[in-house]
Amino acid sequence: MKNQNKITFSRRNFIRTSALASGGILIGFNFFTSCKEATAPPVDIAQLNFNDFNAFIKIADNGYVTIFSPNPEIGQGVKTSMPMIIAEELDVPWEHVSVEQGALDTNNFTRQVAGGSQSIRFGWDALRETGATAKQMLVNAAAAKWGIDASSCSASNGVITSPTGETLGYGDVVNDAAQLEIPENVSLKDKKDYKIIGKDATNVDIDKIISGAPLFGLDYTANDMAYVSVCRPPAFGQKIGSYDDTKTKAVNGVLDVVKFGDKIAVLASNTWAAMKGKKALDVQWTTDETLESTSDHDTKLNAILNGKDLDVRREDGNVKKAFAEADKILERTYESPFLPHNCMEPMNFYANVSNDKVHLVGPIQTPAGTARRIANLISREEKDIHLEMTRMGGGFGRRLYGDFALEAAEISNLTKKPVKVIFSREDDMAAGIYRPAIKYRISASLKDGKVTGYHLKEAAINSNMYGLIPHFFPAGAIENYKVETGNYRSNITTGAWRAPYTNFLAYAEQSFFDELAELLETDPVQLRLDLLKNVKDGEDPNIQYSAKRMTDTIKLAAEKSNWGKTREGVYQGFAAYYSHNTHVAEVVDISLKNGYPSVEKVTVAVDCGIVVNPTGAKNQVEGGVIDGIGHAMYGDFSFENGKPQDVNFNTYRLIRMKETPIVHTYFVENNLSPTGLGEPGLPPAGGALANAIKAATGQLLLKQPFISVLRKHEANLKA
Amino acid sequence: MASYNLKVNGKSVNINVDDDTPLLWVLRDELNLVGTKYGCGIGQCGACTVHLDGVAIRSCSVPISSLEGSNITTIEGLASDKLHPVQDAWKELDVPQCGYCQAGQMMTASSFLKQNPNPNNDDIRNAMNGNLCRCASYNRIEKAVALAAKKMS
Repeated sequence: MKNQNKITFSRRNFIRTSALASGGILIGFNFFTSCKEATAPPVDIAQLNFNDFNAFIKIADNGYVTIFSPNPEIGQGVKTSMPMIIAEELDVPWEHVSVEQGALDTNNFTRQVAGGSQSIRFGWDALRETGATAKQMLVNAAAAKWGIDASSCSASNGVITSPTGETLGYGDVVNDAAQLEIPENVSLKDKKDYKIIGKDATNVDIDKIISGAPLFGLDYTANDMAYVSVCRPPAFGQKIGSYDDTKTKAVNGVLDVVKFGDKIAVLASNTWAAMKGKKALDVQWTTDETLESTSDHDTKLNAILNGKDLDVRREDGNVKKAFAEADKILERTYESPFLPHNCMEPMNFYANVSNDKVHLVGPIQTPAGTARRIANLISREEKDIHLEMTRMGGGFGRRLYGDFALEAAEISNLTKKPVKVIFSREDDMAAGIYRPAIKYRISASLKDGKVTGYHLKEAAINSNMYGLIPHFFPAGAIENYKVETGNYRSNITTGAWRAPYTNFLAYAEQSFFDELAELLETDPVQLRLDLLKNVKDGEDPNIQYSAKRMTDTIKLAAEKSNWGKTREGVYQGFAAYYSHNTHVAEVVDISLKNGYPSVEKVTVAVDCGIVVNPTGAKNQVEGGVIDGIGHAMYGDFSFENGKPQDVNFNTYRLIRMKETPIVHTYFVENNLSPTGLGEPGLPPAGGALANAIKAATGQLLLKQPFISVLRKHEANLKA
Repeated sequence: MASYNLKVNGKSVNINVDDDTPLLWVLRDELNLVGTKYGCGIGQCGACTVHLDGVAIRSCSVPISSLEGSNITTIEGLASDKLHPVQDAWKELDVPQCGYCQAGQMMTASSFLKQNPNPNNDDIRNAMNGNLCRCASYNRIEKAVALAAKKMS
């Protein structure tokens, strides 16, 4: 099997075993990093130490398997899909497997992050090797018991069979297996023999979710815990001057009021009292920085696009010459606002800082980095810090940033009390780490019916496109190609938001291609296919997308959507995009209701390699597509004198059920290593929608959210 | 502070809280019924939906002072000796992604299906429009409500 994007790591020394005191075997293993020479997993399951291993498999002497899943679960399904991979190679019935979230804080683990759709991609080889190694150990133990050669035995569904038909269950040999050497050079299954991978597996937490069991950070409580509401500066650029907490202290249930940095913590015996106490604070804020408004950002970003102070991120051929010799030039500027993440579970974290240890519990996408930052913040050794992850009520990038966990640790350190910081929705939206506002200016030169040059400029707040994004399509497909970026440093905090940069870049480029196709009098799908013919896979190490895989993906989407052959009154828009190692093509079908577009259907084709858990995979795609459509259509967020103009869902509009299309997802079938799905479904959605709306109404959509453009369009039509 | 009596999931409870305390925080902080979620505090997202005498309400926007003697059902009390058909449907279709909003979705759906046991797609979309799902699991919620209706008939 050919593994594209194969991640190489040393398989030797990443597994250790021990016999459990309670019977059974415990297998500790690490992704990528080797174990220290003398490290052994604990013999008592209560002593699991994730500083030495980042994942554990327990096989009990009744044959049942518990997998302590190492990756944070934010709703992307890895708590189900990653154990499926282990169980497949271990060859146990999925019904005999249970999964628990590991409490991860480790010095050794290199990828303790949920983000960038990378969990499955990085875990694939390590998880299979681990499962296969464990199976081989059990087979070896059974063979030793029978006194025969292990290679003559087979194992399936938790049972080992000898050549003469004798059988032993995994549980019968676990205690012996724990005493054996760890085998090297185990063989992995062929895809055709998979029994678990590729079959639908329901989310492992489903019973808890449907019965309302405590799972999330907000659900965590501890004895004597104070509920904390934090008062933060209302505008970016403001600091605390003076404050009067007399009214706050008079609120029934308020325990304490503590200033830390430019914030004030209100500790109370319940959430409502903490929130009420915060509202009762009388604070005078001071301003010594510029209080920025959206109109300022507009001016700054336009100046960057019009100026010469940009960094070249990729340059092929001679763009200047191509434009000078062009028959036609198309230039467009696309704009998008800041966006808050709006996880349904607002930010929160529990901290109990005591003399002997620091106990932290909560929803966080970056447990290791956050533990390290907290150690620095409160001057403690990293080994004193014990961080437990809860299930997360959404992430979308917001929980990569541990600001809320740092607040909790700092407050607990100051008060020496166990505390839980809870953001109200208003806190969550106003103290955000937003998707930055961005503008793209794209121009293309056309000559003799071909695209000869392509020039993209990015002007963004605080930071620019990262990694290999400048090398995404159409890099490699157009001879003369240039990407430049520039940024304006703002005091408004920004960060990663589901599919960072590409969430908007894909819309800009894919809308632009639609117009190019019109100018070239070519079908938009055919234009992409033609351009992809110019790309030679593997020639440029910076170009990770595959022309072949993208072509197959586009063709699948075109076929399944009946591209170009829809019934009267239905308008289609197309977009295709590669991001996060996954190729995606989408066709949006809309109709018009009272002149407004109604998004009816989205047909999605995805090449993410082998699909580990189809139901989970489709769920991710459906969510990503609707999220992309929702934010392109409605997501608007502006600032006035440093102050966010929306702080709750009464004015900030998120997509709701009545506005959602039905999403039909199709996977390209192949034997390639799996890649992630949390993010790549989102980027093409906005572009496909914009192109469908243009087809239906003729209205170009150069600015998100589309709803504000459409309202203007409607007003113009009426006038 | 005042004393209130109500019935929660069939059990009589007595609580002492300030009279402006929303039912949501009584359930979560006083009764440790944390299945009911906080999302916005202003009745816009539906994460806190519970039943008051069988009808869906936003628990974040109802003060305890208006609930003396009332009968509340939360997600923890939705199942009887077996799962409610809505819960069955949610499980069968593997609806949740992050799962945070789903208790509210199921409480809205179960109340709606009691009033309208044979809904069409538009009815379902209208009934569920008040509940936000940031993961956008809307397609599956829509299908699960229809499946639950089928299971109940």
